[in-house]
Amino acid sequence: MTDFSLQVNSLQKSFGRRLVFNGITFDLNKPGVFGISGPNGSGKSTLIKILAGINSPTRGQVIHTVDRKAIISENLHNHIGFVSPYLVLYDEFTAWENLNYFASIRSILFDKAKVENLLDQFLLLNRKDDLVKAYSSGMKQRLKFIFALMHSPSFIFLDEPTSNLDDEGKQTVYNLIKSESGKAIVVVASNEKNDLSQCSEILELEKYKVS
Amino acid sequence: MKLKSYALFQKDFHSELRTRYAINSLAMFIIVAISVILFSIGNENISPSLTGGLFWVVIFFSAMSGLSRAFVSEEERGTSLTLQLIASPSTVFTGKLLFNMILVFLMNIVITILYSMLFAEFIIQNYLMFFLTFVLGNIGIAISSTLIAAIIAKAGSKGTLYPVLSFPILLPLILTSVQLTSFSIDGIPISEAFFELAIVLCYDIIMISASYMLFDFIWKD
Repeated sequence: MTDFSLQVNSLQKSFGRRLVFNGITFDLNKPGVFGISGPNGSGKSTLIKILAGINSPTRGQVIHTVDRKAIISENLHNHIGFVSPYLVLYDEFTAWENLNYFASIRSILFDKAKVENLLDQFLLLNRKDDLVKAYSSGMKQRLKFIFALMHSPSFIFLDEPTSNLDDEGKQTVYNLIKSESGKAIVVVASNEKNDLSQCSEILELEKYKVS
Repeated sequence: MKLKSYALFQKDFHSELRTRYAINSLAMFIIVAISVILFSIGNENISPSLTGGLFWVVIFFSAMSGLSRAFVSEEERGTSLTLQLIASPSTVFTGKLLFNMILVFLMNIVITILYSMLFAEFIIQNYLMFFLTFVLGNIGIAISSTLIAAIIAKAGSKGTLYPVLSFPILLPLILTSVQLTSFSIDGIPISEAFFELAIVLCYDIIMISASYMLFDFIWKD
């Protein structure tokens, strides 16, 4: 089994003079579900983007390792799965075209059977050839999960994962978190009690506001 | 497996065919700009240097009207984050550069054909020099425009900022290309234009090196 870890050392982020958080340190070295909670504006999305390598911290560092070797930033995107309400897929393409292009750009094999299985799981198989602009917000949110999981990432970052989803969709997401928690490090940022109840550990961001 | 940046180029090309973000504005600008120049010249005879100058003026402003779309459309539609999640900065830059390069070459081939048909003074005597100027000039425009598009994509007033920021960066390239174009209309041999050709070549090398060094910083945050 692949050995991977996420090490976070003395993370600080500020926008101009406004300090968002300071002194966040933790170490995740086995598969599981880790939660981030905090009120609106506490920096949940900022932290999860830094953990996913999308944004840079003001101070501190985030180290992703696979088989005890740090992943270089140039290759990090192939190990990351990311879902958030502000993630936008290409409206002018169908779901299938989107996923096919993502696989080609990542230079990974487009595993049709796996993608079809995920589309089926998220109830999108019959709509895979429809343009994404014709999708409802809930369907777009489901498609983002397929985008995040199609390349079997070791680190999955879910920012408000159940936003726009109906009860059935939420249950599919919770089942997925449960199944992925055995083989990947899953980080969930949310205020929803049900979302956070999936986590074994929760980081309260409010505690890291003071310098 | 296909090259990552080529796959990104294919995605952009397919997207452009469906959305027509850049092609429409480029085509409209070329038609309008050439028409305005034709109406203002009327029956006057213009010198080779002025013909060369007007040729590159149309190229510069057409580039300004369409080439920023490579990054601006991603930013406006909110898909920049998606791109960050599927590709490294160097892949993104190479893919976007390839797309802009193809667009610049197609656009400038159309401009050259229209110029040859509509301007009696636009008669090339030294084809090799014109070809070298055309190729090196287009490569320079594509590289600079792609980098500047990435810089301005996150700014508020993108439309204004793009030509303002591009003008000083593209000025050495445009001035030298204007000079080389009038040389090729005058039929001056390549041996006498070696210095100008070297400037354009060096410009391209410097811009491509600077772009790959800077793009990581521009793309993140």
